[in-house]
Amino acid sequence: MKKRGKRRKILKTFLKNRTSLIGACISAAMIFIAILAPWISPIDPLKQNVYHRLTPPERGHLLGTDEYGRDVLSRIFTGTRISFFVGIISVTLGMVIGTGMGMLAGYAGGKVETAVMRTLDIMMAFPDEVFGVMVMIVLGTGVENVIIAITVLMIPRFARMGHAPTLALKEQDYIAAAKSIGASDSRVIMRHVLPNIFGDILVMSTLWLGTAIRLEASLSFLGVGVPPPTPTLGSMVRAGVDFLGVAPWVSVFAGLAILVSIFGFNLLGDSLRDITDPKLYAR
Amino acid sequence: MIAYAIRRILIAVPTLIIVLTITFVLVRIAPGDPAEVRLGDYANKESVEALRKEMGLDKSMWAQYLETLKGLLHGDFGRSMINGRPISEEIKRSLPYTVQLTLMGIIFGIIFGIPTGVYTALKRNTLPDYIGRTLSLGGLSFPTFYLGILLMLAFSIKIPLFPVVGGGDIHNLADNLLHLALPGLTLGLIMTAYVTRMARSSVLNTLNEDYVRTARAKGLTERKVIYKHLLRNSLLAITALIGVYAIVLIGGSVMVEIVFSRPGLGKMMIGALKQRDYTTLQAVMIIFASLVVFINLITDLTYGLIDPRVRYK
Repeated sequence: MKKRGKRRKILKTFLKNRTSLIGACISAAMIFIAILAPWISPIDPLKQNVYHRLTPPERGHLLGTDEYGRDVLSRIFTGTRISFFVGIISVTLGMVIGTGMGMLAGYAGGKVETAVMRTLDIMMAFPDEVFGVMVMIVLGTGVENVIIAITVLMIPRFARMGHAPTLALKEQDYIAAAKSIGASDSRVIMRHVLPNIFGDILVMSTLWLGTAIRLEASLSFLGVGVPPPTPTLGSMVRAGVDFLGVAPWVSVFAGLAILVSIFGFNLLGDSLRDITDPKLYAR
Repeated sequence: MIAYAIRRILIAVPTLIIVLTITFVLVRIAPGDPAEVRLGDYANKESVEALRKEMGLDKSMWAQYLETLKGLLHGDFGRSMINGRPISEEIKRSLPYTVQLTLMGIIFGIIFGIPTGVYTALKRNTLPDYIGRTLSLGGLSFPTFYLGILLMLAFSIKIPLFPVVGGGDIHNLADNLLHLALPGLTLGLIMTAYVTRMARSSVLNTLNEDYVRTARAKGLTERKVIYKHLLRNSLLAITALIGVYAIVLIGGSVMVEIVFSRPGLGKMMIGALKQRDYTTLQAVMIIFASLVVFINLITDLTYGLIDPRVRYK
Protein backbone atom coordinates (compact mmCIF):
# COMPACT_ATOMS: atom_id res chain seq x y z
CA MET A 1 0.00 0.00 0.00
CA LYS A 2 2.73 2.41 1.00
CA LYS A 3 4.83 1.79 -2.09
CA ARG A 4 1.97 2.42 -4.46
CA GLY A 5 1.22 5.70 -2.79
CA LYS A 6 4.84 6.77 -3.04
CA ARG A 7 5.07 5.91 -6.70
CA ARG A 8 1.88 7.76 -7.49
CA LYS A 9 3.16 10.80 -5.65
CA ILE A 10 6.33 10.74 -7.69
CA LEU A 11 4.35 10.44 -10.90
CA LYS A 12 2.12 13.37 -9.96
CA THR A 13 5.10 15.55 -9.11
CA PHE A 14 6.74 14.48 -12.32
CA LEU A 15 3.77 15.48 -14.44
CA LYS A 16 3.40 18.84 -12.75
CA ASN A 17 7.08 19.74 -13.00
CA ARG A 18 7.85 21.67 -16.16
CA THR A 19 11.48 20.63 -16.32
CA SER A 20 10.77 16.93 -16.14
CA LEU A 21 8.07 17.20 -18.79
CA ILE A 22 10.32 19.09 -21.19
CA GLY A 23 13.12 16.64 -20.52
CA ALA A 24 10.80 13.70 -21.08
CA CYS A 25 9.49 15.17 -24.33
CA ILE A 26 12.93 15.87 -25.75
CA SER A 27 14.20 12.44 -24.75
CA ALA A 28 11.15 10.73 -26.18
CA ALA A 29 11.45 12.67 -29.42
CA MET A 30 15.10 11.69 -29.84
CA ILE A 31 14.36 8.06 -29.02
CA PHE A 32 11.62 8.04 -31.64
CA ILE A 33 13.99 9.46 -34.19
CA ALA A 34 16.54 6.83 -33.27
CA ILE A 35 14.05 3.99 -33.59
CA LEU A 36 12.31 5.21 -36.73
CA ALA A 37 15.43 6.50 -38.49
CA PRO A 38 15.45 4.06 -41.40
CA TRP A 39 11.82 4.86 -42.16
CA ILE A 40 11.73 8.62 -41.69
CA SER A 41 14.97 9.42 -43.53
CA PRO A 42 13.99 11.26 -46.71
CA ILE A 43 17.09 10.09 -48.59
CA ASP A 44 19.45 7.13 -48.21
CA PRO A 45 22.12 8.39 -45.80
CA LEU A 46 24.85 6.59 -47.71
CA LYS A 47 23.84 7.85 -51.14
CA GLN A 48 26.52 10.09 -52.57
CA ASN A 49 25.92 12.78 -55.14
CA VAL A 50 29.08 14.64 -55.97
CA TYR A 51 27.29 17.21 -58.09
CA HIS A 52 25.55 18.44 -54.95
CA ARG A 53 28.47 18.61 -52.55
CA LEU A 54 28.26 21.00 -49.64
CA THR A 55 24.99 22.62 -50.60
CA PRO A 56 23.30 24.73 -47.93
CA PRO A 57 19.89 23.79 -46.48
CA GLU A 58 17.16 23.88 -49.11
CA ARG A 59 13.93 22.10 -49.99
CA GLY A 60 15.45 18.85 -51.21
CA HIS A 61 17.93 18.70 -48.38
CA LEU A 62 16.48 20.28 -45.24
CA LEU A 63 19.84 20.45 -43.51
CA GLY A 64 22.10 20.62 -46.55
CA THR A 65 24.57 18.12 -47.94
CA ASP A 66 28.01 17.01 -46.84
CA GLU A 67 31.27 16.73 -48.71
CA TYR A 68 30.08 13.70 -50.68
CA GLY A 69 26.68 15.13 -51.47
CA ARG A 70 24.95 12.99 -48.86
CA ASP A 71 21.85 14.34 -47.14
CA VAL A 72 22.77 15.70 -43.73
CA LEU A 73 19.30 15.24 -42.22
CA SER A 74 19.14 11.55 -43.06
CA ARG A 75 22.66 11.02 -41.80
CA ILE A 76 21.78 12.76 -38.56
CA PHE A 77 18.79 10.46 -38.09
CA THR A 78 20.96 7.40 -38.62
CA GLY A 79 23.75 8.84 -36.48
CA THR A 80 21.30 9.42 -33.65
CA ARG A 81 20.19 5.81 -34.00
CA ILE A 82 23.78 4.59 -33.65
CA SER A 83 24.45 6.87 -30.67
CA PHE A 84 21.36 5.67 -28.83
CA PHE A 85 22.02 2.05 -29.69
CA VAL A 86 25.55 2.25 -28.30
CA GLY A 87 24.48 4.38 -25.36
CA ILE A 88 21.55 2.29 -24.19
CA ILE A 89 23.39 -1.00 -24.46
CA SER A 90 26.50 0.35 -22.73
CA VAL A 91 24.55 1.87 -19.86
CA THR A 92 22.42 -1.25 -19.39
CA LEU A 93 25.44 -3.55 -19.41
CA GLY A 94 27.36 -1.17 -17.17
CA MET A 95 24.40 -1.00 -14.80
CA VAL A 96 24.05 -4.75 -14.50
CA ILE A 97 27.76 -5.53 -14.24
CA GLY A 98 28.72 -2.46 -12.25
CA THR A 99 25.95 -2.55 -9.67
CA GLY A 100 26.48 -6.28 -9.28
CA MET A 101 30.17 -5.82 -8.69
CA GLY A 102 29.59 -3.02 -6.22
CA MET A 103 27.02 -4.95 -4.25
CA LEU A 104 29.10 -8.12 -4.21
CA ALA A 105 32.18 -6.24 -3.13
CA GLY A 106 30.30 -4.46 -0.38
CA TYR A 107 28.67 -7.62 0.83
CA ALA A 108 31.77 -9.80 0.68
CA GLY A 109 33.95 -7.33 2.47
CA GLY A 110 37.57 -7.98 3.32
CA LYS A 111 40.18 -8.53 0.64
CA VAL A 112 37.65 -9.02 -2.15
CA GLU A 113 36.07 -5.68 -1.44
CA THR A 114 39.41 -3.89 -1.25
CA ALA A 115 40.67 -5.48 -4.45
CA VAL A 116 37.55 -4.63 -6.43
CA MET A 117 37.18 -1.07 -5.19
CA ARG A 118 40.87 -0.33 -5.59
CA THR A 119 40.79 -1.60 -9.17
CA LEU A 120 37.84 0.63 -9.90
CA ASP A 121 39.66 3.58 -8.32
CA ILE A 122 42.62 2.99 -10.60
CA MET A 123 40.27 2.89 -13.58
CA MET A 124 38.99 6.29 -12.57
CA ALA A 125 42.57 7.59 -12.52
CA PHE A 126 42.24 8.21 -16.24
CA PRO A 127 39.99 10.90 -17.70
CA ASP A 128 37.09 9.37 -19.63
CA GLU A 129 38.22 10.28 -23.12
CA VAL A 130 41.82 9.16 -22.48
CA PHE A 131 40.68 5.81 -21.09
CA GLY A 132 38.23 5.37 -23.94
CA VAL A 133 40.99 5.97 -26.48
CA MET A 134 43.20 3.48 -24.66
CA VAL A 135 40.55 0.78 -24.78
CA MET A 136 39.86 1.42 -28.45
CA ILE A 137 43.58 1.16 -29.23
CA VAL A 138 43.62 -2.29 -27.71
CA LEU A 139 40.35 -3.52 -29.18
CA GLY A 140 40.36 -1.81 -32.55
CA THR A 141 37.43 0.01 -34.13
CA GLY A 142 33.90 -1.27 -34.58
CA VAL A 143 30.51 -0.93 -32.92
CA GLU A 144 31.02 -3.82 -30.51
CA ASN A 145 34.30 -2.41 -29.30
CA VAL A 146 32.86 1.05 -28.76
CA ILE A 147 30.12 -0.54 -26.68
CA ILE A 148 32.71 -2.43 -24.67
CA ALA A 149 34.77 0.73 -24.12
CA ILE A 150 31.82 2.77 -22.89
CA THR A 151 30.51 -0.10 -20.76
CA VAL A 152 33.90 -0.28 -19.07
CA LEU A 153 33.66 3.44 -18.35
CA MET A 154 30.17 3.04 -16.89
CA ILE A 155 31.02 0.15 -14.58
CA PRO A 156 32.88 2.12 -11.86
CA ARG A 157 30.07 4.65 -11.65
CA PHE A 158 27.43 2.01 -11.02
CA ALA A 159 29.71 0.01 -8.76
CA ARG A 160 30.05 3.00 -6.46
CA MET A 161 26.26 3.25 -6.30
CA GLY A 162 25.87 -0.38 -5.36
CA HIS A 163 28.73 -0.45 -2.91
CA ALA A 164 27.85 2.11 -0.23
CA PRO A 165 24.19 1.10 0.38
CA THR A 166 25.27 -2.54 0.63
CA LEU A 167 27.82 -1.61 3.28
CA ALA A 168 25.19 0.23 5.26
CA LEU A 169 22.63 -2.52 4.98
CA LYS A 170 25.04 -5.27 5.90
CA GLU A 171 25.03 -4.13 9.49
CA GLN A 172 21.28 -4.05 9.90
CA ASP A 173 19.67 -6.47 12.31
CA TYR A 174 17.16 -7.87 9.90
CA ILE A 175 19.97 -9.06 7.67
CA ALA A 176 21.37 -11.09 10.54
CA ALA A 177 17.87 -12.33 11.25
CA ALA A 178 17.33 -13.37 7.65
CA LYS A 179 20.63 -15.21 7.56
CA SER A 180 19.91 -16.95 10.82
CA ILE A 181 16.83 -18.56 9.34
CA GLY A 182 18.93 -19.75 6.46
CA ALA A 183 18.57 -17.08 3.77
CA SER A 184 21.35 -17.45 1.24
CA ASP A 185 23.62 -14.51 0.53
CA SER A 186 22.22 -13.87 -2.90
CA ARG A 187 18.70 -13.84 -1.57
CA VAL A 188 19.67 -11.28 1.03
CA ILE A 189 21.21 -9.04 -1.61
CA MET A 190 18.39 -9.35 -4.09
CA ARG A 191 15.52 -8.95 -1.70
CA HIS A 192 16.87 -6.29 0.60
CA VAL A 193 19.61 -4.22 -0.97
CA LEU A 194 18.42 -4.12 -4.55
CA PRO A 195 14.89 -2.73 -4.06
CA ASN A 196 16.28 0.09 -2.00
CA ILE A 197 18.78 1.28 -4.55
CA PHE A 198 16.88 0.42 -7.71
CA GLY A 199 15.11 3.75 -7.99
CA ASP A 200 18.31 5.73 -7.58
CA ILE A 201 20.07 3.52 -10.09
CA LEU A 202 17.41 4.12 -12.69
CA VAL A 203 17.61 7.87 -12.19
CA MET A 204 21.38 7.91 -12.50
CA SER A 205 21.14 5.68 -15.58
CA THR A 206 19.22 8.44 -17.30
CA LEU A 207 21.94 10.93 -16.49
CA TRP A 208 24.70 8.56 -17.49
CA LEU A 209 22.97 7.78 -20.77
CA GLY A 210 23.74 11.38 -21.66
CA THR A 211 27.36 10.79 -20.68
CA ALA A 212 27.50 7.63 -22.78
CA ILE A 213 26.15 9.46 -25.82
CA ARG A 214 28.72 12.19 -25.30
CA LEU A 215 31.50 9.61 -25.02
CA GLU A 216 30.45 7.83 -28.20
CA ALA A 217 30.41 11.16 -30.02
CA SER A 218 33.81 12.10 -28.62
CA LEU A 219 35.37 8.80 -29.63
CA SER A 220 33.88 9.11 -33.12
CA PHE A 221 35.14 12.67 -33.33
CA LEU A 222 38.65 11.52 -32.45
CA GLY A 223 38.45 8.87 -35.13
CA VAL A 224 38.41 5.81 -32.89
CA GLY A 225 34.68 5.22 -32.82
CA VAL A 226 32.39 3.41 -35.20
CA PRO A 227 34.21 3.38 -38.52
CA PRO A 228 32.95 4.75 -41.86
CA PRO A 229 30.82 4.49 -43.91
CA THR A 230 28.40 4.21 -40.98
CA PRO A 231 27.35 7.77 -40.24
CA THR A 232 27.95 8.77 -36.63
CA LEU A 233 27.23 12.19 -35.22
CA GLY A 234 30.79 12.59 -33.92
CA SER A 235 32.49 11.72 -37.19
CA MET A 236 30.10 14.02 -39.04
CA VAL A 237 31.15 16.91 -36.82
CA ARG A 238 34.78 16.00 -37.38
CA ALA A 239 34.40 15.89 -41.13
CA GLY A 240 32.56 19.20 -41.08
CA VAL A 241 35.40 20.99 -39.30
CA ASP A 242 37.50 20.87 -42.46
CA PHE A 243 35.11 23.19 -44.27
CA LEU A 244 33.66 25.07 -41.33
CA GLY A 245 34.03 28.39 -43.10
CA VAL A 246 32.19 27.46 -46.28
CA ALA A 247 29.73 24.83 -45.12
CA PRO A 248 29.18 25.08 -41.36
CA TRP A 249 25.82 23.30 -41.45
CA VAL A 250 27.34 19.82 -41.40
CA SER A 251 29.18 20.28 -38.10
CA VAL A 252 26.62 22.60 -36.58
CA PHE A 253 23.58 20.39 -37.14
CA ALA A 254 25.31 17.12 -36.31
CA GLY A 255 26.63 18.64 -33.10
CA LEU A 256 23.24 20.10 -32.34
CA ALA A 257 21.73 16.63 -32.48
CA ILE A 258 24.29 15.45 -29.93
CA LEU A 259 23.63 18.45 -27.72
CA VAL A 260 19.85 18.09 -27.77
CA SER A 261 20.03 14.36 -27.00
CA ILE A 262 22.32 14.87 -24.02
CA PHE A 263 20.37 17.90 -22.80
CA GLY A 264 17.08 16.01 -22.94
CA PHE A 265 18.37 13.16 -20.82
CA ASN A 266 20.10 15.50 -18.41
CA LEU A 267 16.89 17.49 -17.92
CA LEU A 268 14.93 14.32 -17.39
CA GLY A 269 17.44 12.68 -15.07
CA ASP A 270 18.09 15.84 -13.11
CA SER A 271 14.42 16.53 -12.45
CA LEU A 272 13.86 12.86 -11.58
CA ARG A 273 16.68 13.09 -9.10
CA ASP A 274 15.18 16.18 -7.50
CA ILE A 275 11.74 14.60 -7.35
CA THR A 276 12.89 11.34 -5.79
CA ASP A 277 15.22 13.00 -3.33
CA PRO A 278 13.99 11.83 0.08
CA LYS A 279 15.17 15.06 1.68
CA LEU A 280 12.63 16.96 -0.35
CA TYR A 281 9.71 15.09 1.15
CA ALA A 282 10.44 16.68 4.47
CA ARG A 283 10.37 20.21 3.09
CA MET B 1 49.55 18.38 8.80
CA ILE B 2 53.01 17.34 7.66
CA ALA B 3 52.37 13.75 8.68
CA TYR B 4 49.13 13.75 6.73
CA ALA B 5 50.88 15.24 3.71
CA ILE B 6 53.61 12.62 3.79
CA ARG B 7 51.07 9.83 4.14
CA ARG B 8 49.13 11.12 1.15
CA ILE B 9 52.22 11.48 -1.00
CA LEU B 10 53.33 7.96 -0.17
CA ILE B 11 49.99 6.55 -1.32
CA ALA B 12 50.40 8.32 -4.64
CA VAL B 13 53.57 6.39 -5.52
CA PRO B 14 52.12 2.85 -5.77
CA THR B 15 49.17 4.28 -7.66
CA LEU B 16 51.53 5.72 -10.24
CA ILE B 17 53.36 2.42 -10.58
CA ILE B 18 50.14 0.50 -11.11
CA VAL B 19 49.02 3.04 -13.67
CA LEU B 20 52.33 2.73 -15.49
CA THR B 21 52.03 -1.05 -15.54
CA ILE B 22 48.50 -0.94 -16.89
CA THR B 23 49.52 1.51 -19.62
CA PHE B 24 52.54 -0.60 -20.52
CA VAL B 25 50.47 -3.76 -20.85
CA LEU B 26 47.60 -2.13 -22.73
CA VAL B 27 49.86 -0.48 -25.25
CA ARG B 28 51.68 -3.74 -25.88
CA ILE B 29 48.63 -5.92 -26.42
CA ALA B 30 47.26 -3.52 -28.99
CA PRO B 31 47.32 -4.91 -32.52
CA GLY B 32 49.82 -3.68 -35.06
CA ASP B 33 53.57 -4.06 -34.91
CA PRO B 34 55.40 -0.70 -34.84
CA ALA B 35 58.29 -1.91 -36.96
CA GLU B 36 55.90 -3.11 -39.64
CA VAL B 37 54.01 0.14 -39.58
CA ARG B 38 57.18 2.15 -39.89
CA LEU B 39 58.59 0.16 -42.79
CA GLY B 40 55.35 -0.13 -44.68
CA ASP B 41 53.53 -2.99 -46.35
CA TYR B 42 56.25 -4.02 -48.75
CA ALA B 43 59.10 -4.43 -46.27
CA ASN B 44 60.73 -7.83 -46.20
CA LYS B 45 61.01 -9.98 -43.12
CA GLU B 46 64.69 -9.36 -42.43
CA SER B 47 64.44 -5.61 -42.31
CA VAL B 48 61.40 -5.80 -40.03
CA GLU B 49 63.33 -8.09 -37.69
CA ALA B 50 66.35 -5.80 -37.78
CA LEU B 51 64.22 -2.78 -36.95
CA ARG B 52 62.51 -4.63 -34.15
CA LYS B 53 65.90 -5.43 -32.68
CA GLU B 54 66.95 -1.81 -33.00
CA MET B 55 63.75 -0.63 -31.30
CA GLY B 56 64.30 -3.13 -28.51
CA LEU B 57 61.08 -4.97 -29.34
CA ASP B 58 62.67 -8.40 -29.50
CA LYS B 59 63.45 -8.49 -25.80
CA SER B 60 61.06 -10.18 -23.41
CA MET B 61 58.11 -8.20 -22.01
CA TRP B 62 59.61 -8.27 -18.56
CA ALA B 63 62.95 -6.88 -19.81
CA GLN B 64 61.15 -4.13 -21.70
CA TYR B 65 59.10 -3.32 -18.61
CA LEU B 66 62.15 -3.01 -16.38
CA GLU B 67 63.86 -0.86 -18.98
CA THR B 68 60.86 1.44 -19.12
CA LEU B 69 60.74 1.67 -15.34
CA LYS B 70 64.43 2.44 -15.09
CA GLY B 71 64.16 5.10 -17.75
CA LEU B 72 61.23 6.77 -16.03
CA LEU B 73 63.16 7.11 -12.81
CA HIS B 74 65.65 9.19 -14.77
CA GLY B 75 62.94 11.15 -16.48
CA ASP B 76 63.69 9.37 -19.72
CA PHE B 77 60.56 8.41 -21.59
CA GLY B 78 62.38 6.64 -24.37
CA ARG B 79 62.41 7.53 -28.00
CA SER B 80 59.57 7.91 -30.42
CA MET B 81 59.08 4.86 -32.58
CA ILE B 82 58.31 7.00 -35.57
CA ASN B 83 61.03 9.61 -35.66
CA GLY B 84 63.44 8.29 -33.03
CA ARG B 85 63.62 11.56 -31.15
CA PRO B 86 63.60 11.55 -27.35
CA ILE B 87 60.03 11.77 -26.16
CA SER B 88 60.84 13.87 -23.10
CA GLU B 89 61.72 16.71 -25.46
CA GLU B 90 58.33 16.59 -27.09
CA ILE B 91 56.63 16.32 -23.73
CA LYS B 92 58.50 19.39 -22.55
CA ARG B 93 57.25 21.24 -25.61
CA SER B 94 53.64 20.05 -25.40
CA LEU B 95 53.02 19.98 -21.66
CA PRO B 96 52.91 23.77 -21.15
CA TYR B 97 50.14 24.13 -23.74
CA THR B 98 47.99 21.54 -22.00
CA VAL B 99 48.69 22.83 -18.51
CA GLN B 100 47.92 26.41 -19.56
CA LEU B 101 44.68 25.35 -21.15
CA THR B 102 43.49 23.22 -18.24
CA LEU B 103 44.49 25.85 -15.68
CA MET B 104 42.65 28.58 -17.52
CA GLY B 105 39.58 26.39 -17.65
CA ILE B 106 39.70 25.66 -13.93
CA ILE B 107 40.36 29.27 -12.91
CA PHE B 108 37.67 30.65 -15.22
CA GLY B 109 35.23 28.10 -13.89
CA ILE B 110 35.97 28.94 -10.26
CA ILE B 111 35.85 32.71 -10.78
CA PHE B 112 32.54 32.68 -12.62
CA GLY B 113 31.02 29.52 -11.23
CA ILE B 114 31.14 30.09 -7.49
CA PRO B 115 29.48 33.51 -7.43
CA THR B 116 26.83 32.34 -9.88
CA GLY B 117 26.18 29.21 -7.87
CA VAL B 118 25.93 31.09 -4.60
CA TYR B 119 23.67 33.72 -6.14
CA THR B 120 21.26 31.22 -7.66
CA ALA B 121 21.15 29.33 -4.38
CA LEU B 122 20.27 32.44 -2.42
CA LYS B 123 17.69 33.49 -5.01
CA ARG B 124 16.19 30.04 -5.15
CA ASN B 125 13.14 29.39 -7.33
CA THR B 126 13.14 32.89 -8.78
CA LEU B 127 13.80 33.82 -12.40
CA PRO B 128 17.59 34.28 -12.02
CA ASP B 129 17.71 30.83 -10.47
CA TYR B 130 15.82 29.22 -13.34
CA ILE B 131 18.00 30.91 -15.91
CA GLY B 132 21.14 29.94 -14.03
CA ARG B 133 20.03 26.34 -13.65
CA THR B 134 19.06 25.95 -17.29
CA LEU B 135 22.27 27.53 -18.53
CA SER B 136 24.45 25.43 -16.28
CA LEU B 137 22.63 22.23 -17.22
CA GLY B 138 23.00 23.25 -20.85
CA GLY B 139 26.67 23.93 -20.28
CA LEU B 140 27.42 20.51 -19.00
CA SER B 141 25.32 18.88 -21.71
CA PHE B 142 27.47 20.54 -24.34
CA PRO B 143 29.99 18.17 -25.85
CA THR B 144 33.35 19.87 -25.38
CA PHE B 145 34.37 19.61 -29.00
CA TYR B 146 31.07 21.04 -30.21
CA LEU B 147 31.34 24.12 -28.00
CA GLY B 148 34.88 24.62 -29.28
CA ILE B 149 33.70 24.38 -32.86
CA LEU B 150 30.87 26.84 -32.29
CA LEU B 151 33.21 29.33 -30.63
CA MET B 152 35.69 28.87 -33.45
CA LEU B 153 32.96 29.47 -35.99
CA ALA B 154 31.74 32.61 -34.25
CA PHE B 155 34.94 34.30 -33.13
CA SER B 156 37.61 33.03 -35.51
CA ILE B 157 35.89 32.41 -38.79
CA LYS B 158 32.81 34.59 -39.04
CA ILE B 159 34.30 37.43 -36.98
CA PRO B 160 38.08 37.09 -37.27
CA LEU B 161 38.94 38.08 -33.72
CA PHE B 162 41.10 35.15 -32.72
CA PRO B 163 43.42 32.83 -34.61
CA VAL B 164 41.70 29.73 -35.88
CA VAL B 165 44.24 27.05 -35.05
CA GLY B 166 47.54 26.55 -33.38
CA GLY B 167 49.06 27.22 -30.02
CA GLY B 168 51.12 30.25 -30.78
CA ASP B 169 54.63 30.95 -29.61
CA ILE B 170 54.80 30.03 -25.95
CA HIS B 171 57.43 32.65 -25.28
CA ASN B 172 55.50 35.54 -26.80
CA LEU B 173 52.87 36.47 -24.25
CA ALA B 174 50.49 38.26 -26.61
CA ASP B 175 50.60 35.50 -29.21
CA ASN B 176 50.23 32.91 -26.50
CA LEU B 177 47.16 34.56 -24.99
CA LEU B 178 45.52 35.07 -28.36
CA HIS B 179 45.77 31.38 -29.09
CA LEU B 180 44.70 30.47 -25.57
CA ALA B 181 41.56 32.61 -25.58
CA LEU B 182 39.04 30.44 -27.42
CA PRO B 183 40.24 27.00 -26.27
CA GLY B 184 40.43 28.30 -22.71
CA LEU B 185 36.98 29.83 -23.00
CA THR B 186 35.57 26.51 -24.19
CA LEU B 187 36.86 24.64 -21.17
CA GLY B 188 36.13 27.59 -18.91
CA LEU B 189 32.45 27.76 -19.84
CA ILE B 190 31.95 24.06 -19.27
CA MET B 191 33.77 24.20 -15.95
CA THR B 192 31.63 27.19 -14.96
CA ALA B 193 28.54 25.08 -15.57
CA TYR B 194 29.82 22.30 -13.33
CA VAL B 195 30.99 24.61 -10.56
CA THR B 196 27.76 26.65 -10.60
CA ARG B 197 25.63 23.58 -10.09
CA MET B 198 27.83 22.24 -7.39
CA ALA B 199 28.22 25.54 -5.56
CA ARG B 200 24.47 25.99 -5.70
CA SER B 201 23.70 22.59 -4.21
CA SER B 202 26.42 22.97 -1.60
CA VAL B 203 25.11 26.35 -0.47
CA LEU B 204 21.54 25.04 -0.45
CA ASN B 205 22.58 22.19 1.81
CA THR B 206 24.43 24.53 4.13
CA LEU B 207 21.50 26.96 4.25
CA ASN B 208 19.46 24.36 6.05
CA GLU B 209 22.04 23.75 8.72
CA ASP B 210 21.29 24.84 12.24
CA TYR B 211 24.22 27.15 12.69
CA VAL B 212 22.94 29.37 9.89
CA ARG B 213 19.66 29.80 11.74
CA THR B 214 21.62 30.51 14.88
CA ALA B 215 23.73 33.09 13.12
CA ARG B 216 20.65 34.81 11.76
CA ALA B 217 18.92 34.62 15.14
CA LYS B 218 21.95 36.19 16.71
CA GLY B 219 21.26 39.18 14.51
CA LEU B 220 24.18 38.93 12.14
CA THR B 221 23.80 40.81 8.89
CA GLU B 222 23.00 38.64 5.88
CA ARG B 223 26.39 39.53 4.49
CA LYS B 224 28.20 38.20 7.51
CA VAL B 225 26.10 35.06 7.44
CA ILE B 226 27.07 34.42 3.86
CA TYR B 227 30.75 35.13 4.10
CA LYS B 228 31.65 33.99 7.56
CA HIS B 229 29.57 30.86 7.83
CA LEU B 230 28.01 29.68 4.61
CA LEU B 231 30.99 30.00 2.31
CA ARG B 232 33.59 28.54 4.59
CA ASN B 233 31.61 25.40 5.12
CA SER B 234 30.58 25.05 1.51
CA LEU B 235 34.24 25.46 0.60
CA LEU B 236 34.94 21.90 1.65
CA ALA B 237 32.51 20.31 -0.77
CA ILE B 238 33.54 22.77 -3.46
CA THR B 239 37.23 21.85 -3.10
CA ALA B 240 36.55 18.15 -3.36
CA LEU B 241 34.46 18.57 -6.46
CA ILE B 242 36.86 20.97 -8.15
CA GLY B 243 39.39 18.15 -7.96
CA VAL B 244 36.97 15.80 -9.73
CA TYR B 245 36.08 18.34 -12.38
CA ALA B 246 39.72 19.19 -13.00
CA ILE B 247 40.12 15.60 -14.13
CA VAL B 248 37.11 15.95 -16.40
CA LEU B 249 38.75 19.05 -17.84
CA ILE B 250 41.93 17.15 -18.63
CA GLY B 251 39.83 14.82 -20.75
CA GLY B 252 38.15 17.83 -22.29
CA SER B 253 41.50 19.41 -23.08
CA VAL B 254 42.25 16.51 -25.40
CA MET B 255 39.13 17.29 -27.42
CA VAL B 256 39.78 21.03 -27.45
CA GLU B 257 43.35 20.52 -28.58
CA ILE B 258 42.16 18.47 -31.52
CA VAL B 259 39.55 21.04 -32.50
CA PHE B 260 41.93 23.98 -32.35
CA SER B 261 45.01 22.02 -33.43
CA ARG B 262 46.69 23.14 -30.26
CA PRO B 263 50.09 21.39 -29.88
CA GLY B 264 49.51 19.93 -26.41
CA LEU B 265 49.52 16.44 -24.93
CA GLY B 266 46.13 15.55 -26.37
CA LYS B 267 47.23 16.24 -29.91
CA MET B 268 50.44 14.32 -29.22
CA MET B 269 48.45 11.35 -28.00
CA ILE B 270 46.11 11.23 -30.99
CA GLY B 271 49.02 11.64 -33.37
CA ALA B 272 50.88 8.78 -31.71
CA LEU B 273 47.71 6.70 -31.81
CA LYS B 274 47.30 7.12 -35.55
CA GLN B 275 50.92 6.19 -36.18
CA ARG B 276 51.02 3.29 -33.73
CA ASP B 277 53.87 5.01 -31.91
CA TYR B 278 53.75 2.85 -28.79
CA THR B 279 56.44 4.53 -26.77
CA THR B 280 54.97 8.00 -27.26
CA LEU B 281 51.46 6.74 -26.48
CA GLN B 282 52.68 5.09 -23.33
CA ALA B 283 54.55 8.21 -22.26
CA VAL B 284 51.55 10.49 -22.81
CA MET B 285 49.20 8.14 -20.94
CA ILE B 286 51.60 8.09 -18.02
CA ILE B 287 51.76 11.88 -18.00
CA PHE B 288 47.97 12.13 -18.06
CA ALA B 289 47.57 9.67 -15.24
CA SER B 290 50.30 11.42 -13.27
CA LEU B 291 48.47 14.71 -13.71
CA VAL B 292 45.34 13.10 -12.32
CA VAL B 293 47.19 11.61 -9.35
CA PHE B 294 48.81 14.98 -8.77
CA ILE B 295 45.48 16.83 -8.83
CA ASN B 296 43.98 14.31 -6.42
CA LEU B 297 46.95 14.84 -4.15
CA ILE B 298 46.58 18.63 -4.19
CA THR B 299 42.87 18.31 -3.56
CA ASP B 300 43.40 16.02 -0.59
CA LEU B 301 46.08 18.29 0.84
CA THR B 302 43.87 21.35 0.42
CA TYR B 303 41.09 19.40 2.07
CA GLY B 304 43.40 18.70 4.97
CA LEU B 305 44.27 22.36 5.22
CA ILE B 306 40.66 23.51 5.30
CA ASP B 307 39.15 20.80 7.47
CA PRO B 308 41.23 19.90 10.52
CA ARG B 309 39.14 16.79 11.09
CA VAL B 310 40.59 15.17 8.00
CA ARG B 311 44.19 15.52 9.18
CA TYR B 312 43.78 13.57 12.34
CA LYS B 313 41.97 10.57 10.96
